[in-house]
Amino acid sequence: MDLIANLGVGFEIALTPVNILYCFVGVLLGTLVGVLPGIGPTGTVAILLPITFTFEPVTALIMLAGIYYGAQYGGSTSAILINLPGESSSAITAIDGHQMARQGRAGPALATAALGSFFAGSVATLLLAIAAPPLARVALKFGSAEYFSLIVLGLIASVALAHGSIIKALGMIVLGLLLGTVGQDLYSGQPRFTFGFFELYSGINFVSVAVGVFGVAEILRNLEDEKTRTLLVKKVENLWLTKDDFRRSVNPVLRGTALGSLLGVLPGGGHVLAAFASYSLEKKISRNEAEFGRGAIEGVAAPESANNAAAQTSFIPLLTLGIPAHPVMALMIGAFIIHGITPGPNVMTDEPALFWGLIVSMWIGNLLLVLLNLPLIGLWVKLLTIPYRVLFPAIIAFACIGTYSIGLNAFDIYAIAVLGLIGYVLVKLDCEPAPLLLGFVLGPLLEEHLRRAMIISRGDPMTFLERPISAGLLAFAALAIVLSLLPAIRKRREEVFSEED
Amino acid sequence: MTAQKSLKDLLTGLIFIGFGLAFGYAALSYETGTALRMGPGYFPLILAGIIIVLGVATLLQSASGPDKTPIGRAPWLALALILGGLAFFGLTVRGLGLAPALFVSTFLSAFASERTGVGGALVMAAGLVLISMLIFVWALGLPLRIFGPWLPL
Repeated sequence: MDLIANLGVGFEIALTPVNILYCFVGVLLGTLVGVLPGIGPTGTVAILLPITFTFEPVTALIMLAGIYYGAQYGGSTSAILINLPGESSSAITAIDGHQMARQGRAGPALATAALGSFFAGSVATLLLAIAAPPLARVALKFGSAEYFSLIVLGLIASVALAHGSIIKALGMIVLGLLLGTVGQDLYSGQPRFTFGFFELYSGINFVSVAVGVFGVAEILRNLEDEKTRTLLVKKVENLWLTKDDFRRSVNPVLRGTALGSLLGVLPGGGHVLAAFASYSLEKKISRNEAEFGRGAIEGVAAPESANNAAAQTSFIPLLTLGIPAHPVMALMIGAFIIHGITPGPNVMTDEPALFWGLIVSMWIGNLLLVLLNLPLIGLWVKLLTIPYRVLFPAIIAFACIGTYSIGLNAFDIYAIAVLGLIGYVLVKLDCEPAPLLLGFVLGPLLEEHLRRAMIISRGDPMTFLERPISAGLLAFAALAIVLSLLPAIRKRREEVFSEED
Repeated sequence: MTAQKSLKDLLTGLIFIGFGLAFGYAALSYETGTALRMGPGYFPLILAGIIIVLGVATLLQSASGPDKTPIGRAPWLALALILGGLAFFGLTVRGLGLAPALFVSTFLSAFASERTGVGGALVMAAGLVLISMLIFVWALGLPLRIFGPWLPL
């Protein structure tokens, strides 16, 4: 068995004391920055990249990878406790996770997220080891037309998550896409919508958008009426899952793991898509659909498993094709190159120790994360006892420093303020911020693949319908819109959401 | 008649149309190109068209009935203080350095809560600056100047 021999090599590398130590340092830092709002894994990996110059290549990559998937655990913690997703992929966890926290069920929400993530991470790491070569061949067959259609489907699917008007949700997606076009055009280098500001050439910072529309807008909402609202749960009892919680979580975790593993392979926001897609899947098939958006445990279990599974399998395109599936993966490419390794199909054969050592370290890292997160959940929950009037200036402070530290660019701070204001106004008008964020993240990819597909097809838009996989994905997207516009379903949606707030 | 309209939908529609017109107008000055070789203006123009259509649809939707929940008041003072605090940080972090810029902006933000007085805001700002210095500068080693060139230190 090749697999067992390969994993044996991996364990030999990953279990050396120095690699275990740096794996631990990585996941600890990842959890920490995932929990701290405003500083995410991208910033942290970027900051720590220079420090890892002196390490062995495999040690450096083990630690950097640990920050990335460690932040997935930490990101869900801040999404649940303070409704501020540390990562775009945990935005969806905030919907039901934060509702659970408001109902005094932060403990079960956190435990579900950690256990679901561990299960998904373990399974996906094994899948990564088994399926890296064949899955890479599948992904290789995807052309730009397929990517374009896939992104369209992902965006449309997110509409099903929006509370209330579908038209407004579509508008928020398009607004996100438009904001994503700010910056230099990829093909011509022409600066777009920069108003002469050189700082906007590289686009609006993703962190600024996320912190603005989710963080600042939410703070402003909370300050509307301070006296009557009890914002945070003061006392959290019963950190453990009840039998019922457990029974309800098992299947969503399994489905989330499967969906996440699959979508994570695709370059370009796979883990964001995975979280969104698994959430809509659960919502659609659940018998407790009415509970979604109001603290359904399935709404935490599924996306958390999905994004963690995808976080592991998103290493497949990086390790087999040299394509980054995430900004952190782009930084990982930098780390490879610094150590004189060209990321791509050759890594598996030329550097088997590094390749398999990194994969095995991910499983060890996931184990460390559960040991780190479950006993420390009490510590994270202590954040709740801090009164909101103390908490929100801290969010602003960390967001300022975190965002500023990414590019030492004051513009990123102004962007937080502007997007916070826009987000606040739109949220007040019953527009959901999640589709906007998704549109913003996927916008540049959508445009790139649209333009590339059109060049390949010599300007014939029928290419999207003539290629079977692409046509199938678009058909699903069209079906999703039609279904959500049907009067019967529309009425039910309204009923579901009308009882909120 | 007007009383039966949804003010939220009306405003949303106007905002969407506004964004569509602004982005669309700006995109007109970029090369549009052809479907085969799209210029920098092509994709934004399509998007601007779509959001204008969606904006109009939202306007039409507003006639279907009044809002179920009112828009409610806005916390104007908090809004000004928090956005002002962010702007202050952006403007001064380079010149004053991290610690003074952060102190002023967190002081302004903290004061945005109706329940926090001047004394409380001062204490919070000082504490947050201290914690932030420990985490970001000392522990994470971010390359940020604590005191900037504007100060005679």
